[in-house]
Amino acid sequence: MANLPDSPSPLAPAAPPVSPAIQSPDRPVQTSLLRFELNGEAKTVAAPAHWTLLEILRYELRLTGTKQGCDKGDCGACTVQLDGKPVNSCLVLALDVQGRTVKTVEGLAVGGQPHPLQKSFDKRGAAQCGFCTPGMLMSAEALLRQKRARGDEGIETLEIAEALSGNLCRCTGYTKILSAVVDAWRDKP
Amino acid sequence: MSAPTTLSSPPFDVVGGDHAKLDAPDRLTGVAAFTDDITLPRMLHAKILRSPHAHARILSIDTTRAAALPGVVDVVVGSEMPLTYGVIPWTPDEQALATDKVRYVGDAVAAVAAIDEETANRALAFIDVHYEVLPALCDPREAMANTDVLIHEDNRHGNISKRVKLAFGEVDSALAAGDSEPGAHRIAGHYEFHGTTHAAIEPHCALAHFDTTGLLTVWSATQVPHYLHRELARVLELPTYRIRVIQPAVGGAFGGKSEPFDLEFVAARLAIKTGRPVKCLYTREEVFLAHRGRHPFSMDYETSVDADGRILAVSGETVLDGGAYSSFGLVTTYYSGQLLCSPYSFGAYRFHSTRVYTNKPACGPKRGHGSVQPRFAIEVQLDKAAHLLDMDPIALRRRNLLGANSTTINGFHIGSNGFAACLDAVEASSDWQTRRAKLPRGRGLGVAGSTYISGTNYCIYPTDLPQAAVQICLDRSGRVRLFTGASDIGQGSNTTLAVIAAEHLGVELADVRVIAADTDLCPVDLGAYSSRQTLMAGNAAIMAAQELGKKVRKAVADHWQCSPKVVTLAGRRAQRLDDPAVFIPIQDAFVLAETAFGTLGSVGHYNTPRSGVHGDYRGGTIGASPAYSFSAHVADVEVDVETGDVTVHHIWAAHDCGRALSPVLVEGQIEGSVYMGVAEALMEHHHVMPTGLGLEGEKEPGPWVSGLLAGSSLLDYPIPTTLDTPEISALIIEDPDPRGPFGAKEAGEGPLHPAIPAVVNAIYDAVGIRIDCLPVTPEKVLAALDALAAQKGSDDA
Repeated sequence: MANLPDSPSPLAPAAPPVSPAIQSPDRPVQTSLLRFELNGEAKTVAAPAHWTLLEILRYELRLTGTKQGCDKGDCGACTVQLDGKPVNSCLVLALDVQGRTVKTVEGLAVGGQPHPLQKSFDKRGAAQCGFCTPGMLMSAEALLRQKRARGDEGIETLEIAEALSGNLCRCTGYTKILSAVVDAWRDKP
Repeated sequence: MSAPTTLSSPPFDVVGGDHAKLDAPDRLTGVAAFTDDITLPRMLHAKILRSPHAHARILSIDTTRAAALPGVVDVVVGSEMPLTYGVIPWTPDEQALATDKVRYVGDAVAAVAAIDEETANRALAFIDVHYEVLPALCDPREAMANTDVLIHEDNRHGNISKRVKLAFGEVDSALAAGDSEPGAHRIAGHYEFHGTTHAAIEPHCALAHFDTTGLLTVWSATQVPHYLHRELARVLELPTYRIRVIQPAVGGAFGGKSEPFDLEFVAARLAIKTGRPVKCLYTREEVFLAHRGRHPFSMDYETSVDADGRILAVSGETVLDGGAYSSFGLVTTYYSGQLLCSPYSFGAYRFHSTRVYTNKPACGPKRGHGSVQPRFAIEVQLDKAAHLLDMDPIALRRRNLLGANSTTINGFHIGSNGFAACLDAVEASSDWQTRRAKLPRGRGLGVAGSTYISGTNYCIYPTDLPQAAVQICLDRSGRVRLFTGASDIGQGSNTTLAVIAAEHLGVELADVRVIAADTDLCPVDLGAYSSRQTLMAGNAAIMAAQELGKKVRKAVADHWQCSPKVVTLAGRRAQRLDDPAVFIPIQDAFVLAETAFGTLGSVGHYNTPRSGVHGDYRGGTIGASPAYSFSAHVADVEVDVETGDVTVHHIWAAHDCGRALSPVLVEGQIEGSVYMGVAEALMEHHHVMPTGLGLEGEKEPGPWVSGLLAGSSLLDYPIPTTLDTPEISALIIEDPDPRGPFGAKEAGEGPLHPAIPAVVNAIYDAVGIRIDCLPVTPEKVLAALDALAAQKGSDDA
């Protein structure tokens, strides 16, 4: 879960010596009703106002395919698509998705079949531990969809690398990930 | 006694095939459950209070106010788990939570279990800890000299954690020959390896549940369930049979999850106290504080070479900055010298290594444990020798080949040795000769070699029990179930073991289900460290599979009234070798065997060879392995002389893994290793603010606490993105080793080593400067270029 701005870091100085009654942690939390589309289905969720989209996904909806690696927007493991664009879900306030469309790795399969990216990642061995993989796939899918919409013919390694540069992987050295995205673009996984 | 191994020749049915990982589909769809993905009913969340001081005595801890907060269910302090532990049983110097002293900024002192993480986090501020702040020692040389301030007061050697001094041959006279012999050279160099950390993308996480039968189950993102099991039993004072450790999918480890951490003890203790499941998930900052990353090494090396480039002697003196606790430090200190004696033949050798406690996060094993740092030093030393001798650096390395079936100067027996083939491969693939001659100033090529172990010959605690074991069951539908204690941390050990079982039992890879890393279900394996699992668990799998294969072939042969020798199991069939038209489906073969022999199950185990593989001096066993891997890299590097920026364009990496059981997985290990090595050379630095100073280089004291970590996020500790990673050519060399399963040796750690010196040597080739103090930063490059220009100017004058 998030390190909220008002929650002390474990290293922060101790709280002032006041009575717990004054600084009670169970101060009222405003909860809002969120309606949005998630992986093609309408969802209604009661969300604490300060929660992030990542928290809603993982802790409220139990969609644990989206990972938390840093909770600060540094690693990209929590990447999902908001209205078709990749975002770090740890940096999106849940209230901001009101009425919008969210897609996670759980919604990537097409008609019950793995997405071409999932097939090519599998064949290439582009997922080792697999922790960055859901986020990596969501960034890659957005790139390929945008390119097809633009009517691009070819694909350059550099444009893939740029599109995935916000998704840190510690296992693969990215080599097989870049190859897998090219394969999926050519749709010959 | 070692288990039987198979060194049969290709073609194989499954071994070496173009197959993906068994569990990849689960990881590609978000189905695979990592520890933090598991939620249990009534689960509580724990957070740990950490010391803001680098060194302080704990005068009192009062948890009353925190315990009284609404939503807080329980609190734990160190006096409830006072026993010390340590992954190395000879150096138990840690506590789950500190009782008397804190030794680094981030040391754990208390923990809270609450209804949610937010409440637990808030409650930490209501734990009152009174400290007496002590002087912090953040520099290892200062700590070594200081006898007034002791980080571990019961340590008999002041602040020295471990000292190792070993010598082989007549070192002084051999070194002196570098001065006296015609054409010979004696090269002295001082090298600094900064600290780096693992930075697995999955933060550490543990979940504990204490059930009504008194069984404690701990799910943890660990790479060593067995060692965690032992230490939980010790610290919680429970018999091991009342503890079950399960390792769910792990999101990368690289050595950073290879010992117990405070969160596992805290979650377990709070689960026992509250009777509710308790989860503890580290923040990214806590991952950096838990550390156990690569030690900073300060190294002084001397190397003598004769006029032909033969290595006459090597001498290394090293100070290891250990941080606050021992961790694997005893082993690191030995490895810092013991793993250097291959792939080159040394005329004489000595090393003197001293690991020192400092008030910083503890260092431990990171991919290429203890040997990446000295490998950097020696490979640069050899590059300097080649230039002094006006020799091609690859030719110099060839002149010193140790060769196969050889013994290193420190007594390790080397079996197969594909190092010469690795050099050939990188020389050819990089087009070394032609490319090197044509490169403009600012662009250069560098080469380096290395070796690594395929597991260590001895367990980290004294035992003659097997180091690996595998159980296999065959079922009537033609499927195979394989149970192993080995830890798949993303490297693919489950797939590797399935490949071995499938090859022996005649099924397809997808027919093997692997159940791994659960101490209740699986036989003991020591875990994913020292690159041991392919060789050790692999040999255990062969032993188990061979026994079952024999039964199946016997039953089928009886059915066909032929000799078992002419029955083969392959491609989901049992088939007659002498009459291939005669075959039955494998499930029918399994049914015949079950009918004949009863339920089909077998166990295999592996123990390392104990004689003739290492010297018999004190410490001679540490670093000895059943088989050694070899690597060579060529780096193509560009240096911007205006900005000091270094760009690595390409690394050609050849690695002798004996036999690539799964070539895609071996390539992945090579590529990931190269990436990590290049990052350590150029980008990464686990930097702790030194005592009383501000940022590095500033003279005035800054507003910083002594011993504070400079970069505790993935922004401040930058790891390479897609845009920072060079093109990597992974070249698999197969020199099968008689001790490996199908000849296989390790691939996970060895290929990291040469990346760093290859890059640094290429920088010299590009612009003529030596950066002996890592990481290579633009500032250092520009300063060295300035110094070089000044030197040239004075030479010209």
